[in-house]
Amino acid sequence: MNPDKNNLNNYIYVGTSLFALAILDVFLSSFFQINITSFLPSFLSFIFPLIVGLLGLHLIRIEFSGIKKLDLINKNINTNTFNALLTLVIIFIIIKSIPPIMSWFIVDANISGDTKEACTGSGACWTYIKIWMRRFVYGMYPNELQWRINISFILLVALAFVGYIPSEKFKKFLTLYYVVIYPIIAFILIYYLISGGAFGLEWVETGAWGGLSLTFIVSFFCLIFCFPVGMFLALGRRSQLPTLKYISIGFIEFWRGVPLITVLFMSSVMFPMFLPEDFFMDKLVRVIIAISLFEAAYVAEVIRGGLQALPKGQYDAAKSLGMGYWKMHIFVILPQALKLVIPGIANTFLALVKDTPLIFVVGLLEIVGMLNLAKTNPKWLGFAMEGYVFAAIIFWIICYAMSKYSYNLELKYKTER
Amino acid sequence: MSDPIIKIEGMNKWFGDFQVLKDVNLSVEKNKKIVVCGPSGSGKSTLIRCINRLEEHQKGSIIVDGTELSENTKDIEKIRAEVGMVFQQFNLFPHLSILDNCTLAPIWVKKMPKKEAEELAMKQLKQVQIADQANKFPGQLSGGQQQRCAIARALCMEPKIMLFDEPTSALDPEMIKEVLDAMVNLAKAGMTMIVVTHEMGFAKEVADEVIFMDEGMIVEKAETKEFFANPKSDRTKLFLSQIL
Repeated sequence: MNPDKNNLNNYIYVGTSLFALAILDVFLSSFFQINITSFLPSFLSFIFPLIVGLLGLHLIRIEFSGIKKLDLINKNINTNTFNALLTLVIIFIIIKSIPPIMSWFIVDANISGDTKEACTGSGACWTYIKIWMRRFVYGMYPNELQWRINISFILLVALAFVGYIPSEKFKKFLTLYYVVIYPIIAFILIYYLISGGAFGLEWVETGAWGGLSLTFIVSFFCLIFCFPVGMFLALGRRSQLPTLKYISIGFIEFWRGVPLITVLFMSSVMFPMFLPEDFFMDKLVRVIIAISLFEAAYVAEVIRGGLQALPKGQYDAAKSLGMGYWKMHIFVILPQALKLVIPGIANTFLALVKDTPLIFVVGLLEIVGMLNLAKTNPKWLGFAMEGYVFAAIIFWIICYAMSKYSYNLELKYKTER
Repeated sequence: MSDPIIKIEGMNKWFGDFQVLKDVNLSVEKNKKIVVCGPSGSGKSTLIRCINRLEEHQKGSIIVDGTELSENTKDIEKIRAEVGMVFQQFNLFPHLSILDNCTLAPIWVKKMPKKEAEELAMKQLKQVQIADQANKFPGQLSGGQQQRCAIARALCMEPKIMLFDEPTSALDPEMIKEVLDAMVNLAKAGMTMIVVTHEMGFAKEVADEVIFMDEGMIVEKAETKEFFANPKSDRTKLFLSQIL
């Protein structure tokens, strides 16, 4: 009994009803705990929606019905019994999992009050996040000084948009601005505004920095530093000069071979031993240098991949026009190679952002570090879950934004070969 | 006029153990057009790549415009700026527009002001008849147009010598003519040219001398008429009989 052109409508009506019945059964049982098939034995009652749904999908499976939507469904999710089964199972799992997730996140969750006792529901205790929000964002930075962090971040974001000023005059200097001037401004801003100690601003030691703002600061500087270092390493590894080449290879292989957590640990424990007594380098600075060098090794290998993907003819053409090594690389090779490796670089940068929680080993507490601190607070025991979900959402937002941005860059600089 | 602009003496080149060029002697006078032909693998491309040192030779000497090419040549970029080269695969810079392809080297190598470089580029693009494509990107052009752009790009450096490495071999038959026309015009304008090509029609039309190479050696070198009318060596005769 297969559908054909003549009895198509009957089959569609019956098939769709059966399919709808299956969905309804699962929907009612998961949202309202009503089992409309309770008269059946429990096992049959359990697989009832699956059987009815499969039957329904079987009845509407016709290769070419002439109805656009139906054909689309049949082509994509209903080509044979196995595909229909998979489709049904996925739909059922989604329907089944919505109510518990919703109830944990919203329906049974609490956000009012400001003590642990306010959380009476069985769902998430967002009160905990609310109360600790300041700590999660600013770490141990004194409350009354937090405006300094806000202002410097707003300034940094605003300055990052300078590139959109549509002025021909400034266009020439944009690369210089982003590669050299912007990092310097960023450093000065963060040094004087967040750290303080000058212009009548109170000194706040880096040990007090923390939370999301520290995540941003560490990621920001590491991204900025690791990229140029990685680029030079990549060029160095392909250099004709043996000394430069082997130094680059040695450097890359060393940093790639060591776990980041070891690097961080060494930077804070071992490194100061080799320094003269009166020489002081801030822990945060050491960490940023360590992560930058570590990630630079990865960036270098990604960029090397791009350099090797370019046809040799591009080098020949640039050389034959009388360009020297640097001119050739700046105007011909790197613009093309970097374009090719945007996805790879984005990959490395995402990994970098997600590696920042590791700085807890040297006692710096960014957002995950603050969560770990908060969950061991005696007044707020037992809310680890909320904390980690919160951190996961924050990291997801950051990383998804970066990923989208890199995809846009890719489209923007796409060239035909 | 008698002083050769390119003088190659006893030049040998190896790729590893394999000897690509054996005792090559060649001198090219100013404004002369030389066509180099021969079977593939005979070292023609390597020979002209040695002239602007895209390949290094191991023995013998190459003197280009009074400067000997060697490892110690510090101003190799200066020599290359005087020697234009056109490749089989065009090798345009795909991330730059046609106009930028042409102005890049004049602006950054010769330090020419941007406006002047653009005027020069437009003049050269007009010469090869693709001035209307100036703002497109290489990927949007046909093979023939790309190759003509490559010629214009090389000419924008105002070179004294032009090298062509099988400029028409990667082109569809109907596009070969437009590139050859551009090269003929260039030849008529008095440029010194060394052309590696299988286009014997082109050789007959513009070449002063034809060189036949096989297995890394110059087998025969003769004036164009002489070369086609009375080839001396058997190898040349065989080659000509196959290609004509």
